Amino acid sequence: MTDLGTSPDEVQFRFRDDEPADHGTVTVDACCDQTNATAVRIEPGDDARVLLPFLDRLALVEVNFPSFGDGRGYSAARILREAGYDGELRAVGDVLIDQLSHMRRCGFDAFAPDKPLDEGDARRALEGFGNVYQSAADARKTIQELRHE
Amino acid sequence: MNILTGNDLKTGEVVWWDGQNWSLSVHDAVDVGDMGEQILAAEEAARRVNVPYALVASRTEEGVRPAHIKDRVRALGPTVRRDLAVPTASKTGWDWVI
Amino acid sequence: MYQYDQYDQAMVDARVEEFRDQAQRRLDGKLTEDQFKPLRLMNGLYLQLHAYMLRVAIPYGTLNSRQMTALGDIADKYDRGYGHFTTRQNLQYNWIKLEDAADILADLSKVEMHAIQTSGNCIRNISSDHFAGAAHDELIDPRPYAELLRQWSSFHPEFTYLPRKFKIAVIAAETDRAAMRLHDIGIQIVKNDAGEIGASFYVGGGMGRTPMIAPQIREFVPLDQLVTYAEACLRVYNRYGRRDNKYKARIKILVHEMGAEEYTRQVEEEFAHLLEQGVEPPLAELERIKPFFADPAFEDGPKSVDRSDPDFALWVDRNTVRHKHDSYVSAVISLKPVGGIPGDATGDQMRLMAKLAKQYSFDELRVMHTQNIVLPHVKIADLHALWTELEAADLGAPNLDTIEDIIACPGLDYCALANARSIPLAQRISENFAKNGRTEELGQLKLKISGCINACGHHHAGHIGILGVDKKGTENYQLSLGGSEAEDVSLAKITGPGFDEDGVIKAVETVTDVYLEAREDGERFLDTYRRIGMTPFKEALYD
Ligand code: HEM
Ligand code: SF4
Repeated sequence: MTDLGTSPDEVQFRFRDDEPADHGTVTVDACCDQTNATAVRIEPGDDARVLLPFLDRLALVEVNFPSFGDGRGYSAARILREAGYDGELRAVGDVLIDQLSHMRRCGFDAFAPDKPLDEGDARRALEGFGNVYQSAADARKTIQELRHE
Repeated sequence: MNILTGNDLKTGEVVWWDGQNWSLSVHDAVDVGDMGEQILAAEEAARRVNVPYALVASRTEEGVRPAHIKDRVRALGPTVRRDLAVPTASKTGWDWVI
Repeated sequence: MYQYDQYDQAMVDARVEEFRDQAQRRLDGKLTEDQFKPLRLMNGLYLQLHAYMLRVAIPYGTLNSRQMTALGDIADKYDRGYGHFTTRQNLQYNWIKLEDAADILADLSKVEMHAIQTSGNCIRNISSDHFAGAAHDELIDPRPYAELLRQWSSFHPEFTYLPRKFKIAVIAAETDRAAMRLHDIGIQIVKNDAGEIGASFYVGGGMGRTPMIAPQIREFVPLDQLVTYAEACLRVYNRYGRRDNKYKARIKILVHEMGAEEYTRQVEEEFAHLLEQGVEPPLAELERIKPFFADPAFEDGPKSVDRSDPDFALWVDRNTVRHKHDSYVSAVISLKPVGGIPGDATGDQMRLMAKLAKQYSFDELRVMHTQNIVLPHVKIADLHALWTELEAADLGAPNLDTIEDIIACPGLDYCALANARSIPLAQRISENFAKNGRTEELGQLKLKISGCINACGHHHAGHIGILGVDKKGTENYQLSLGGSEAEDVSLAKITGPGFDEDGVIKAVETVTDVYLEAREDGERFLDTYRRIGMTPFKEALYD
């Protein structure tokens, strides 16, 4: 198994109670070939859907953001959550304050930024918007649903 | 000559490097020779200027004249709103821009 | 008109505070310019040639007098007393300070306005027919659907870092007044054979350096699946749109390279999947939105005007448009005075237009993509009084859709990306035709000018288009003919080698001469061009 060098202790924010997976991730290709891999790392160009047959055995999916402006990882995250994946979904790489709340909405529940973030700024960013206009991977009721309850 | 320009971070105003500070007048711009990159990096890091860059200009009787029309428009203001011209630069006529 | 409830207001207020925090972090050095740039762009704040520029969203081009007044006040308080109405039905301020930006956004939020997603690689302000709700030929008012999509696209968690900007237009008439097929997604609200209302989707249009007309990818999406279908279109784009080259990143390139058929297949697959995810807002939401756009209380009145004043009669003929109620018209306030700057309005003019809207148009105004303002519902009986006030404020130019009604982007006078100036050309051309008296004779003639290949001035869609290019450090202009943004959409073709400023002004005269010479009964410039082709124009220009 190739360890890509991300270990759980670099995770700065984690919104789960279970024990973090304590092994390195493999590439998407390797994950499809190896029947025992439980942690995988998605790069922006990878098709998250090829992982769907293996979701049962995965405990950790890392989605890499080599540059914060490349938004493919948001779709990858939602696709995994829509397919029922409920293990850890970790955003790694160029993860910045102002992307956190959207990432949460797309299903990320752990963050391992390249550069540690200011905790106060991060909290403010995550708490800033009380409501949402779209349904996404979180369970929040949308504004439209609230209006018509 | 090689001169430096950018925008003020807070106000957005067009500014020119006068050797010590950032001036509102293109005519205060000084030749930085080959020190441009170094000054830009230091000044940007200190947030004394935003999105700065180096450009070529020449010294004329009317003052410092950037080589490219875009920088001359920056120096003086929109040619279609001459009432809004940068005051310190207006000793040059509008023909200077085009 | 749509009004915010506490949820909409809270979202906009939260955004103001978020931006205040971001701007402060930038000023404190916690954010680099590279990190801050996408955040400020997401709030419409650019760094332009002379200063920061702020672009304010005017959703589907509709605003009320309170909002227009606030826009005028902001122009005076924070800018240099004017603003620029754009082809995207937005307003741009040219001289903004970063320190003031959050306060301006706070002022805007007090009148239910914002600058959210007016720039950046996200879903932009949604545009629509400027005569929506007033047009005699529309199926239904398209704005409730645009509002539904506005909510869906605001702060979308998955689609905020798309490969490139994304523009959506919604119309509901066969006559296309919103350049619908030149958008990333164009939606036409239609009725199917069963008499149900639904949406036709056109995807992959755009201007810029590679102009394309959007192909239809689905004839009919039922209304209770509209948002889900849009979501599917966007997801396929977000996943597969090119990110290796910014100039090939728009969805038009994806649709083109993948083929409309394959793109459609993938969208349909994603759509089927998303239907099971329940992302569609409840249909009750659309029913909640619709009454905001209900007809005002129209009254019967005179159906014609006293034409004894020829100046007034000319303005009525040129600048008023048939309304669905026969005692009303839609009146166009031209922001194209002869020799003026297309789309610019002063704070005073904005406040006056607001006052007139309140007095004469049920408190409503519209921004046209042609950079003019519409009072959508004016009683024919009130036209003379309205015109008199407009005249006095230099807002009465009688030139809608004529060669004086020029679209021009800010160009090199304001824009950091420009190759050449656009505004002075527009000024000189309008002066020229006002002087030689040909405007009337030429009839409908859409002249559109962009200062560079990005095509903000829609030059590809001009009956006559002018594009500024850089020729060894001097301004040069390419002329093109035969474009249209309307239902007869087409892309203009370049005539040949470019011209300098004087040359292109002369060239515009030359091609209008060719037209006048060759035209047959009732033909517009565009029709004649389509019939006789490029050759006669070329010969006149270059031989
Ligand atoms: C002054 C600052 C502006 C900048 C920096 C700017 C930048 C750009 C860029 C880079 C593009 C090309 C996008 C692409 O093809 O991927 C573009 C397209 C466009 N812009 Fe602007 N623009 C500015 C002002 C305006 C204004 C004032 C208007 C309206 C008058 C406008 C309306 C448009 C439109 C309609 C397009 C074409 C959309 C398309 O390609 O489908 N822009 N702009
Ligand atoms: S077309 Fe070019 S010059 Fe004109 S506003 Fe757009 S980017 Fe600027």
